[in-house]
Amino acid sequence: MREILNRLRTAGDSLRSVVSRDESDGQTLATDGGTQAAVGERRRDTLRDSLPVQWELIESAPFWLPPVLLAVFFVYGAIAWNAVLSLTDFQGLGEPSYSQLDFSMYARMASDGAFWQATQNTLVLLVVFTILCLALGLLVAILIDQGIRFENTFRTIYLLPMSLSFVVTATMWSWVYNAKSGVFNQLLRLFNLEGLVITLLKPAVVNADVIQWLSWHTTALAAIIFALIWQFSGYAMVVFLAGLRAIPDEHYEAARVDGASTVRMYMRVIIPQLRASAVSASVVLMVFALKAFDFIYSLRGSQPGANMDILATMMYRVAFDSLRWAYGSAIAIVLFLLALLVIGPYLYSEYKRGEL
Amino acid sequence: MSTSTRNPIESLRDMENSRIGLYVVLLFGIVFYLFPMETAVMTMFKTQTEFVETVPFAPPSPDGFTLGALMTAWNTLRPGLVNSMLMAIPATIFSAMAGSLAAYGLTTISWRGQVAVFSIVLAGIFIPYQAVLVPLAQFWYQILPDLMNGFVNTAFGFITGGNWTYPTRSGHVQLLQLSITHAAYGTPMCTLLFRSYYKGISDEMIEAARLDGATAFSIYKNIILPLSLPMFAVTLIYQFTQVYNDLLFALVLVNEPASQVATQRLAALTGGVVQSFNTTMAGAIVAALPTLLVYIFFGEQFAKGVAE
Repeated sequence: MREILNRLRTAGDSLRSVVSRDESDGQTLATDGGTQAAVGERRRDTLRDSLPVQWELIESAPFWLPPVLLAVFFVYGAIAWNAVLSLTDFQGLGEPSYSQLDFSMYARMASDGAFWQATQNTLVLLVVFTILCLALGLLVAILIDQGIRFENTFRTIYLLPMSLSFVVTATMWSWVYNAKSGVFNQLLRLFNLEGLVITLLKPAVVNADVIQWLSWHTTALAAIIFALIWQFSGYAMVVFLAGLRAIPDEHYEAARVDGASTVRMYMRVIIPQLRASAVSASVVLMVFALKAFDFIYSLRGSQPGANMDILATMMYRVAFDSLRWAYGSAIAIVLFLLALLVIGPYLYSEYKRGEL
Repeated sequence: MSTSTRNPIESLRDMENSRIGLYVVLLFGIVFYLFPMETAVMTMFKTQTEFVETVPFAPPSPDGFTLGALMTAWNTLRPGLVNSMLMAIPATIFSAMAGSLAAYGLTTISWRGQVAVFSIVLAGIFIPYQAVLVPLAQFWYQILPDLMNGFVNTAFGFITGGNWTYPTRSGHVQLLQLSITHAAYGTPMCTLLFRSYYKGISDEMIEAARLDGATAFSIYKNIILPLSLPMFAVTLIYQFTQVYNDLLFALVLVNEPASQVATQRLAALTGGVVQSFNTTMAGAIVAALPTLLVYIFFGEQFAKGVAE
């Protein structure tokens, strides 16, 4: 790879020397009255300068314009249309009528208990999942950064769950959480802890003698969050590891010389420098959390119950099960605004810092 | 990557205990990240009575061993796997190509305002797809068929007699629509991956070629494209995993049973009334196999794609 780059670079250099010689020739000739080539060149330059937009913009347009238009059509066109649909009363089979646009769907949403429950679940999932994921990812990254042997093997295994589909991981976790013979309950039984957990966590109205992780309102959302942390903490680890590797060695050595303990060094010197990694990781993790639909749908179908219903699952159920398209669109707009709240400031600050 | 000498813990290497403690914690990490997969693999080889009566992570006893669950799962998922490949591979290649071209136009050739255009594309990565689902369904099931019917029957009315209808219910058409949808929504991510790579390519080379009178196209073809090959590997692997793993778009766009993709079939298997966990676990492993293989052989590229 490097060899190719070098070869190309030298090729480029020789090209440039040839070109600059040509250029200087052109100039001397031009002062002597001009040659065909130089005049032609100058005419093209003036043509380019007189364009209302930069020449480079036009020249590069065939490359970026078609993909950008495709993305704009599918992303922004669809969102705008979705916003309009949320103002209609479109439901059932047939076609939407755009004659009467109002905010009735949003009014319905405000008085819908299921919507507020789903919003609350979404926010809890978003915040708790992101924070715990960052914490675990950071811890694992620091451990891996200790110059250990088989570092690549550990890293690969820790990141493995992330390469799996939500449907696959949901299937595996449905077995782990299984009340009768799942791993968790069997392990608790082995250590005689099942009774204790049942007394601690069993909801008042429920009559059960096994822990039903996915059904009890005390545990359902926590169970989802735990499984998602399992799947995505490896991602946080990768981001933090890159951040740790970017910190100059001197910072470690300086802290050492000052006699700081390892824990103190990380708390005072190293972790504060990982702010950028933490911000970018948390944005991506929050987006994953907003998209956790696939996971919950595979686990419980489109009616996961109030305990683990999030806006994403509610939107799908309302629109594609009940065919209340306009109401579904309105919920989708709320979800979109939530995402915008997360990524808007992030993209803006990246843009300001010239990082984009 | 890291030089092991720089590490402060290095000086503690003599303290064997902390070192052993570190590896114990790291091994515990392996148990934590692998146990759901391990129980799945063990369970898929067990008979119905065996998996109810034994601990999930123990291997099956000789009496309780069966390949029946795996066969059932394989037969259920096989058509889905084929459909997933048919759908995901073209979509991935298209996204990667489009992303490379867009990133070239938005990075290597520099002009004022390109960052703004890039930001617009970039935001497309982060939107929750729920926000486009209803319009997508409308587009593929109403708008496009109407447009196509009108167009074909007007332009080729002498052949069709005005009776041609867009094959909305054809499984192949649905799969194609799903593929196009994935290609479109994957393009922003691929653009991001290629842009960060192209930023690192030296300007000198490009400038030299430009001064030599090379056109934008020949620069792309002769310089950028050959240099992009490692990045194509990263992007194709990352994007394939994303598209293959998706369930949401497939649920909305494909309803013909014969055209369902692997994730849909697995979700149906999991959501069944009878919970035969040996079959569902076998299904999970079979459905995970393509991405697992990609990850095992190209883990480095996947990690790079993730880290962006």
